Amino acid sequence: MTSMSMSMTADGHVAPHAVAEAAPAAPAVAQTPEPAPAEPAGRRGEVMRGFMLRVVAAAAGIGGLLAVWLAVSTHVPELPGPGVTWQAALELFADPFYNNGPNDMGIGWNVLYSLKRVGIDFGLAAAVGIPLGFIIGRFRFFNIAAEPVVSLLRPVSPLAWLPIGLLVFKDADMAAMWVIFICSIWPMIINTAAGVRAVPQDYMNVARVLALSEWKVVTKILFPAVLPHILTGVRLAVGTAWLVIVAAEMLTGGIGIGFWVWDEWNNLKVEHIIIAIFLIGVVGLALEYALLWIARRASHGATIN
Amino acid sequence: MNAPIVKIEQAGMAFDTNKGRFVALRDIDLNIHKGEFVSLIGHSGCGKSTLLNLIAGLNLPTAGVCLCNGREIAGPGPERAVVFQNHSLLPWMTCFENVYLAVERVFAAKESRSELRARTRAALEMVHMDHAMNKYPHEISGGMKQRVGIARAFSMEPQVLLMDEPFGALDALTRASLQDELMGVMAKTGATVVMVTHDVDEAVLLSDRVVMMTNGPAATIGEILEVRLDKPRDRLKLAHDSRFAAYRAAILEFLYQKQMKKAA
Ligand SMILES: Nc1ncnc2c1ncn2[C@@H]1O[C@H](COP(=O)(O)OP(=O)(O)OP(=O)(O)O)[C@@H](O)[C@H]1O
Ligand SMILES: [Mg+2]
Repeated sequence: MTSMSMSMTADGHVAPHAVAEAAPAAPAVAQTPEPAPAEPAGRRGEVMRGFMLRVVAAAAGIGGLLAVWLAVSTHVPELPGPGVTWQAALELFADPFYNNGPNDMGIGWNVLYSLKRVGIDFGLAAAVGIPLGFIIGRFRFFNIAAEPVVSLLRPVSPLAWLPIGLLVFKDADMAAMWVIFICSIWPMIINTAAGVRAVPQDYMNVARVLALSEWKVVTKILFPAVLPHILTGVRLAVGTAWLVIVAAEMLTGGIGIGFWVWDEWNNLKVEHIIIAIFLIGVVGLALEYALLWIARRASHGATIN
Repeated sequence: MNAPIVKIEQAGMAFDTNKGRFVALRDIDLNIHKGEFVSLIGHSGCGKSTLLNLIAGLNLPTAGVCLCNGREIAGPGPERAVVFQNHSLLPWMTCFENVYLAVERVFAAKESRSELRARTRAALEMVHMDHAMNKYPHEISGGMKQRVGIARAFSMEPQVLLMDEPFGALDALTRASLQDELMGVMAKTGATVVMVTHDVDEAVLLSDRVVMMTNGPAATIGEILEVRLDKPRDRLKLAHDSRFAAYRAAILEFLYQKQMKKAA
C-alpha cells in the first residue's frame, strides 16, 4: 500500500516538472523565432516564478491572518492585538526558563514538561501498540477479535477516559498520561496492522519458500516492510497526542503548556494565551517535520522508486 | 531411468472464488527426472503458474497428489527454490544480504559464517553480479535483479529449481544474455529445472522437454515435446539448424492451431 501511494507521490512530483518544462516553450515560440537558446533561461525563470509565487502566497496567508486578528482586536477591546502580543512575547522569551517553584515556571519549562509527557506516553503506546498491531495484522483470529473493540473505542474522545484514569491511578498527572496513552495507541495499532496486511505477497512467498522461522519472518521481512506504515502511525500518534495534551493538562493541572494556558486565563493575560497558541502550533509543526524526515530516511528504495 | 524427483499424479487445482468453484487444472500427470530441464508453455491464463506453484508447494492440489522424492508436497521448502517472475528481492537488503538470507537458511546448521559468506559470494559470481554485491535492489537494473534472484535460488542448491517466467520482464538482448548465463550455470551444476515461459525460442533453446498446456479453464497437458539437441547449445548455430526450426514449428502449431486462443 505504502509503496503504491509513495510511488504515486513520486509520479506526482514528476508531473509538475513536466508542466514546468513544457510551459516556457509556448511563450518562447510565440515571442522569438529561435526558441532553442531562450529555453534554459525560460525554464529558470519559470522556477523563479514558482518560488516567488510560493513566497508571496505564504506571506499573503500570514498577512491575512494578522489582518483579521487586528480587525477583531480593534473591535473587541479585551483581545490584545498583534503589537501588544509581540511586546509580551519579547518579554516572555527573554527568560523562558525561570523557575520560581512548581506553580511559576517559564514557558519553556512548561513546553518541555508537555513534550516529556508526550514522549513517555508515546513510547509506552509504541511498546504496546506496535506488537499488538503485528499480532492483529498477522493472525486472522486476532484481526477479527480486535475489529469490534477498535472500531468501538477509537472514535471516543480521549478526554472521556480522564475520569477512569483519575479513578484508577488516583493521581492527576498519571491520569493525564493515561489519556495521552489512549489517544496515541490507536493510530499505532491500526497503521501497524494495516501495514502487516499490506506486505506484498511476493515477500511472503520468499519467506514461505525459504521456510523461514517466525522470528526471521518478523525481523527480516515483516518489520522492514511495515516500518514505513509504523512511522505513519507514529506521526499520527504524536500529532494527536500533541492535540490532546493541552486539553488534558487544562483539566489536570500541574506543569505543562496546557496548564500554563489555563493559568494565564486565570491571570487574564490573554496575550500570553495567544503566544501559547502560536508556540503549540510551532512545536506541533516541528514534530511533524522531524518525524517526516525520519520516515523518509527509513523508507528503503522500494517505497521511493 | 531412476525414480523421478518430482512426480505429479492426476493432480487438479480448483479455486473457490466468489463466483463459485473455478477449476484451473485437471488430470495433470508429469514426472521430472534429475538433471532435466522442463519448460511449461501455454497461452496466458491457462494455469502454468498454478502448476509451478503446486510443485513449489505454494498451492496444494485439490485433486491427485504431487510428490517430491517420493514424499507428498505439503508446503514450500528450500529444496524447491523458486525464481519469481518479478525477482522478489527484499528491497531493504543488499544483493549480498538477499542471497545470504537463503544461504544461511539452508546451510547455517552445518557451516561456519565464513563458509556461508563464501557460498553467497560464489553464487553471485556465478551470475556475474559480484561487482554489485553491496548494492540495493533499487540501485541495479531489472536484468541484474533477475540475476540476483537466480543466484539466490541456485545458492540454496535445491533439488528442483522452479522459475516462473524468469526473463519475462526483460528486453530481448538482456534476455538472451541471461539465457546463455543460465545454460552455463546449468552445465556447471547439473540442476533440475522447471521453467514457465511464453517464449517458444526460449523453450526450445533451454529445454530437454517442453510441456505444452491446453487452454483453460480446466487446462491439462496437451503434448510433451522432447528436444533432442546436443548440449551445450549455441543460439547462433541453432538459428540455422533445421531440427531447431522443426521443434519450434511443432510448438507454434500446438499453440496457434490446436489451441487457438478464442478471441475474447
Ligand atoms: N488464487 C486464485 N483464485 C482464483 N483463481 C485463480 C487463482 N490463481 C489463479 N487463478 C486462475 O487460474 C487460471 C490460471 O492462472 P495462472 O496464473 O496459473 O495462469 P498462467 O498460465 O500462469 O497465466 P500467465 O501466463 O498470464 O501468467 C486463471 O484463469 C486464473 O484466473
Ligand atoms: Mg503466470
